[in-house]
Amino acid sequence: MEDLEQFRLEVRQWLEANCPESQRQPMPPEEQYWGGRRGKFASEDARLWFERMRDKGWVAPEWPTEYGGGGLSPQQGKILAEEMKALRCRKPIFGLGLWMLGPALLEYGNEEQKQRHLRAIVNGEARWCQGYSEPGSGSDLASLQCKAEDKGDHFLVNGSKIWTTKADQCDWIFCLVRTDPDAKKQEGISFLLIDMDDPGISTTPIELISGESEFCQTFFDNVKVPKENLVGELNQGWSVAKALLVHERKLMSEIGSDSPRQVLVPNAAAREYAEFVDGRLADPELRRRLAEYDMRMQAIGLTHFRTFEEKVAGQRSAAPLIMKYAGTEAEKQKSELLLAIMGSRGLGWEGKEFSEAEIDTVRNWAMSYAMTIAGGTSEIQLNVIAKNVLQLPQ
Amino acid sequence: MALVLNEEQRALRDAAHDFLASEAPVEALRKLRDDRDPLGYAPGLWQQMAQMGWASIILPESYGGLDFGFQGLGVVLEETGRTLAASPLFASAVVGASAVLLGGSEAQKEALLPAIAAGELTLALALEESNHHRPTRIATTAVASADSFILNGDKCFVLDGHSADKLLVVARSAGEQDDSEGLSLFLVDRQASGVTCTRTHLMDSRNAASLSLDNVSVAAADVIGEVGNAWPVLEQVLDRGRVAIAAEMMGCALECFERTVAYLKEREQFGALIGSFQALQHRASHMQAELELARSVIMQALSVVDDSPEELPRMASLAKAQLNELVKLVSNEAVQMHGGIGVTDELEIGLFLKRARVTMQIFGDSGFHKDRYATLCGY
Repeated sequence: MEDLEQFRLEVRQWLEANCPESQRQPMPPEEQYWGGRRGKFASEDARLWFERMRDKGWVAPEWPTEYGGGGLSPQQGKILAEEMKALRCRKPIFGLGLWMLGPALLEYGNEEQKQRHLRAIVNGEARWCQGYSEPGSGSDLASLQCKAEDKGDHFLVNGSKIWTTKADQCDWIFCLVRTDPDAKKQEGISFLLIDMDDPGISTTPIELISGESEFCQTFFDNVKVPKENLVGELNQGWSVAKALLVHERKLMSEIGSDSPRQVLVPNAAAREYAEFVDGRLADPELRRRLAEYDMRMQAIGLTHFRTFEEKVAGQRSAAPLIMKYAGTEAEKQKSELLLAIMGSRGLGWEGKEFSEAEIDTVRNWAMSYAMTIAGGTSEIQLNVIAKNVLQLPQ
Repeated sequence: MALVLNEEQRALRDAAHDFLASEAPVEALRKLRDDRDPLGYAPGLWQQMAQMGWASIILPESYGGLDFGFQGLGVVLEETGRTLAASPLFASAVVGASAVLLGGSEAQKEALLPAIAAGELTLALALEESNHHRPTRIATTAVASADSFILNGDKCFVLDGHSADKLLVVARSAGEQDDSEGLSLFLVDRQASGVTCTRTHLMDSRNAASLSLDNVSVAAADVIGEVGNAWPVLEQVLDRGRVAIAAEMMGCALECFERTVAYLKEREQFGALIGSFQALQHRASHMQAELELARSVIMQALSVVDDSPEELPRMASLAKAQLNELVKLVSNEAVQMHGGIGVTDELEIGLFLKRARVTMQIFGDSGFHKDRYATLCGY
């Protein structure tokens, strides 16, 4: 415990000495650094901050040092995150490589893959997207058809992937592909890493109801992929995919607390947009909904803490498996509540008549529908709980 | 660490589980009900509980207590919730003992707490006067006369009131109805002259009473805490009670849920186990999610009583509101998923359903606690 307090002190001192003042302000989404060949720093300070964190190993604090990580324990990692939050330090880099592929590679990748790809992620050299869903394979992910044929020294990939986040900005994509069309559907899938610059790959953005186009459809037309890019065993990709989904779902369950948009907070929004009488929110229905939402968020926050404490104590519970469901449903609850609080101000779509925060809140409401769909719908989450926690007959 | 049990607490839980499974299973409650037992609990069982230290878990060692804190108490209450074990544990050893501990003079603590800890003395809080939990809506009067007070008024929903040795009566010596100021707490012998205590038979077959106070004289020495200023202590006592009853409700919900999931795995219809039907799977999984969230809330609420009392009001309202909703959801779904036998008296699920409804009213329903939570959050 004493060591951890000492560590906290050192972390605080280091952050205070190394995080430029400009990197301790709330960050508009356009200033995020996502790395990769097309990645741009919003300022020299942003570059400096990233480089210092990279050299310290704290871009990926809990990864082993031999792959460019910080080698921190979970407790130390938590302290670093807390101290960064307390000093309002920006995240130096964002990315699916860091959040999702990296942890999966640490578990399933071979030494060469780890050396090559983990380092590139930490160094900000490679931006990754995810190639899981297909137009015909959403919730039934294992029915995917995008195929990779064994051509001796390479795989030949044909098919398409959908909901590939910012694929047009990415350097690499991690893909689930069918390598054995005759096997049972989960057993004929492999996990491939594909360079987006390979000939035969093209992307088309998809416009969403929020007005954004952060997802693409990505097409593969006779793309040659070297054999060394297979992660795990041939036809065993489903295990890698499931491990990675655990990271994705954990990420999504926490996303509300870390939104890049300037979305309003219900409690504060109520003061600005709703009527108060004698210090009390006048509309009883809104007041009840706001209390229910705040209670829910407190319960979810406590469950995140509990999951962490269980991890440290070496105990297991079902809590991590319910968090994607509970967290994303609460995000939707919040978005809907904000619209109700804002009334007609919560309908603005664009233009100078509305503040940036108002428009962001409305756009985020439209985006919140994706939360309970992406990464496995709420219904799929309930299926998983029924099967893996309750062990109900299938 | 507050959100996971330590080894000592796990051992206490396991011991409580085994003891209750053999000495106070759900059939024991059914028998008390069917025999129309006048006391409503088994004194022998209560003595055994006291011998194991359950009546003194939250009390300091200097008063004969175990000093395991609320986190220790919580695991025991959760187990009593699983078997619906009837005893004065909550009314006397949690609520009554907390009132004396937080509000009493040194002399009162020395006189009362060791006896409570030993299970020899039982207390009950006589607070409510209306159909809903309104802890400051007190019309019962306390008028000073020489070195005593004269109490007049009526109380309802006094948990374990008809069996308690002494009653902790909340009465008003000043102020208007709904004022939190002007309240005092009096220790009154249940058999004292002018006290009429009538057992009320509630759906859960546990114990509650209504109380009539007709010119009851109480010595000034039997005022717990400051005259006219009982509210700060009373509010803390209620918050501790809310957290404790929420822990019991957690056990009630878990048991009800586990029995239901087990039934989904054995009942066949249309040639399949009904647990394979997605219509039921999703509802069961949703309950699992709610149970996990409630688990975190309970663990935190119990540890807040021990470690950070300044956070207690909001945490207690969160815990009580959350558990109210949880036991309602789980008990209702348990009956529905059991189908026809779910509505028979033979199946024990009905006993859980009824206990759930009573606990939902103890020290505040969901409406009360959402309102209080909103107020504490500043809106």
